[in-house]
Amino acid sequence: MAKILKRERLVPNIHLIEIEDPQIAKKCKPGQFVIVMADNFGERIPLTIADWDTEKGSVTSVFLVVGTSTHKLSLLEAGDEVPVFVGPLGRPSEIEKFGKILCAGGCFGIAAIYPIARAMKEAGNTVITVLDVKANFLLYWEDKLRSVSDEFYVSSRDGYYDCKDFIPKTLESVVKKEGKIDRVISIGCTYLMYTCSEATKPLGVKTLVSLNPIMVDGTGMCGACRVTVDGRTKFACVDGPDFDGHLVDWEELFIRRKSYFEDEIESLCYWEKKNFP
Amino acid sequence: MAEKKEMPPELKEKLRARFNEDWRKELRKSFPVKERMKLPRQKMPERDPEERNKDFSEVNLGLTEKWAREEAKRCLDCANPQCVMGCPVGIDIPTFVKLLEIGDYEQSVRKLKETNVLPAICGRVCPQETQCEVVCNLMKATGVPVAIGNLERFIADYERNTGDVHIPKLPPSTGHKVAVLGAGPAGLTVAGDLALKGHDVTIFEALHVAGGVLVYGIPEFRLPKKILSAEVDYLQNLGVELKTNFVVGLTATIDDLKKEGYEAFFIGTGAGLPNFMRIPGENLVGVYSANEYLTRVNLMRAYDFPVYDTPVYLAKRAAVLGGGNVAMDSVRIAKRLGAEFSACVYRRSRAEMPARVEEVHHAEEEGIEFHFLTTPIRFIGDDKGHLKAMECLRMELGEPDDSGRRRPVPIEGSEFIMEVDLAVVAIGNSSNPLIGQTTPGLKVGKWGNVEVDWETMATNMKGVYAGGDIIRGGATVILAMGDARIAATEMDKYLRSKKAKKRKHKT
Repeated sequence: MAKILKRERLVPNIHLIEIEDPQIAKKCKPGQFVIVMADNFGERIPLTIADWDTEKGSVTSVFLVVGTSTHKLSLLEAGDEVPVFVGPLGRPSEIEKFGKILCAGGCFGIAAIYPIARAMKEAGNTVITVLDVKANFLLYWEDKLRSVSDEFYVSSRDGYYDCKDFIPKTLESVVKKEGKIDRVISIGCTYLMYTCSEATKPLGVKTLVSLNPIMVDGTGMCGACRVTVDGRTKFACVDGPDFDGHLVDWEELFIRRKSYFEDEIESLCYWEKKNFP
Repeated sequence: MAEKKEMPPELKEKLRARFNEDWRKELRKSFPVKERMKLPRQKMPERDPEERNKDFSEVNLGLTEKWAREEAKRCLDCANPQCVMGCPVGIDIPTFVKLLEIGDYEQSVRKLKETNVLPAICGRVCPQETQCEVVCNLMKATGVPVAIGNLERFIADYERNTGDVHIPKLPPSTGHKVAVLGAGPAGLTVAGDLALKGHDVTIFEALHVAGGVLVYGIPEFRLPKKILSAEVDYLQNLGVELKTNFVVGLTATIDDLKKEGYEAFFIGTGAGLPNFMRIPGENLVGVYSANEYLTRVNLMRAYDFPVYDTPVYLAKRAAVLGGGNVAMDSVRIAKRLGAEFSACVYRRSRAEMPARVEEVHHAEEEGIEFHFLTTPIRFIGDDKGHLKAMECLRMELGEPDDSGRRRPVPIEGSEFIMEVDLAVVAIGNSSNPLIGQTTPGLKVGKWGNVEVDWETMATNMKGVYAGGDIIRGGATVILAMGDARIAATEMDKYLRSKKAKKRKHKT
């Protein structure tokens, strides 16, 4: 059992959860993830690590409330416990001095990209951060991300910040303005990562994405998370989660992520009926 | 088939001494061999196939006390018991069976546990017909061996059901810390053996429940979870500490654990990397590895969805590819989850199937179809990316291959379509690469398997041993336990020699 130290709603539908686990905190590297199970009836789901504190011995993740598992997590409070909290899993992101890095995040990916931006900055890169939100009230961790970015852009559909465009178009204009980019890293929903990859393909900028397929064990044992990259099957949990976005078979990933679409609805309805009759 | 091995002299002597005990002599005299040979083998009572193929309760009901004692009478109590050599962990089979025959269940189970910490499990999942029972002298004489596995199960269940499981008196603590990586059959065995020798044992398990393949792989209807958890409780009562949700290599490395004071290590992380067929369409929705299918159903209890959150696809027409025990478990699960058609598709013929005979038999009774000499060459999807059919090819058997089994050869032009909406790939596993990748200096073979000296199970790293599927790449529970017993003996020697050295150093 792992103890929840904090659970907080950051913005509507996006929550932060900080869990006590000194052993995992000691080992975390940017780009890795944990597997969490909210209760004994729960599903094992992967969450990208958004931050960690070795002194406090805690690990933080940020998630969007979608299905049963994330609903359950969003109702936990400090002091509660979860039966499964395991990690850090997956290969860490490649961090070195590349030159100019563009970090593109949206949704839970705003938090997930933070440790990568921070590490890239520490490694001596110029870090340009581009965030995408639907509206101004959905932006969080602005200060945290600003503190590790040389340039900082937010694209919001309501035009509250720099522009209204959806992220691929923003990327194009930012690249035009900032000149040569050595590497793009994109984290967020599958659609965001897909469109970012499509946008950077003609620009010839290497683009890494942190894939989020369905997983069960997260240690390479089951193969639920298989993705096709450059024509070859890879396991996102042990070969990834970072892959070259220009080589990912996105269509397959979209389909596989929807494998249990109807079951997910049934599960959520069942849970809601049971808990909020 | 069990190889004919020479019995080590110490073991021979030990068995001979017990054989010559007065009560054994009398028992043999009281009922002559000729009469014993006439007794029929007691049939294991089973639930009706049409009832059991709809739920997940256990298929075999277990022998009653009366039947078990009748069966024990069939054992001829041979002077040269081949069964002991047939058992990978070397259980003193005649002694436990004869104790059962005279009704001394308490001593019988103790005898069994001297060499096997998980008897209730082995009695259920071991392939006895290729190990102890195949070399039984009664097999040679009459063709029907003593039902050793069923007796093992009976005696282990008997003790558990009395609620009074004997905890042996432990020797004083040696103070040595041992880390066992993986709570599967190998890890549990090592942990038990070393705890009984007085060492301070911790098991590190990546999943949230102990048992490894026994919990995520073998289904409830073959090995109920409560049996497994009772065996794990027993180990904890012996002082073994269990740390779940701990992936050695990622949560902490072997080096990290060394710094925490662990002196000896056993790697039993299993064959956790599923093999796929590498044919087109394998990533369509509806194509599973057996590991995923079994884990969803057994560990995550998808059969009870939506009470449990993890779903699994409920097929109308299921095909399971492979002919081993994992394939049998998967195909029987698909049936239980409501498939109208649930078939085992195997590229060789029935004779080459590696599955336990009993499982194949049970599957047939439950309405599983068998398509032998058939292999898929392509998975075909619908417009939503979901599996709708497999293109298959017929095979014929050619010359024997390295495994000694006849090699399947495709018959040209024999392509045909099999309509299925679920395919479970059960063609084996490779060793999980995590430990090799995260333990610098550990010698790992071409297939990711940890390399060991087979005499001692020692790896190339001092104090680090390994056994089970991580060295074999996909075998059986009992072979893993056999490796574990050797490793435990050697680890004990290693730790004791260390202590001696330490002492020498001090003086």
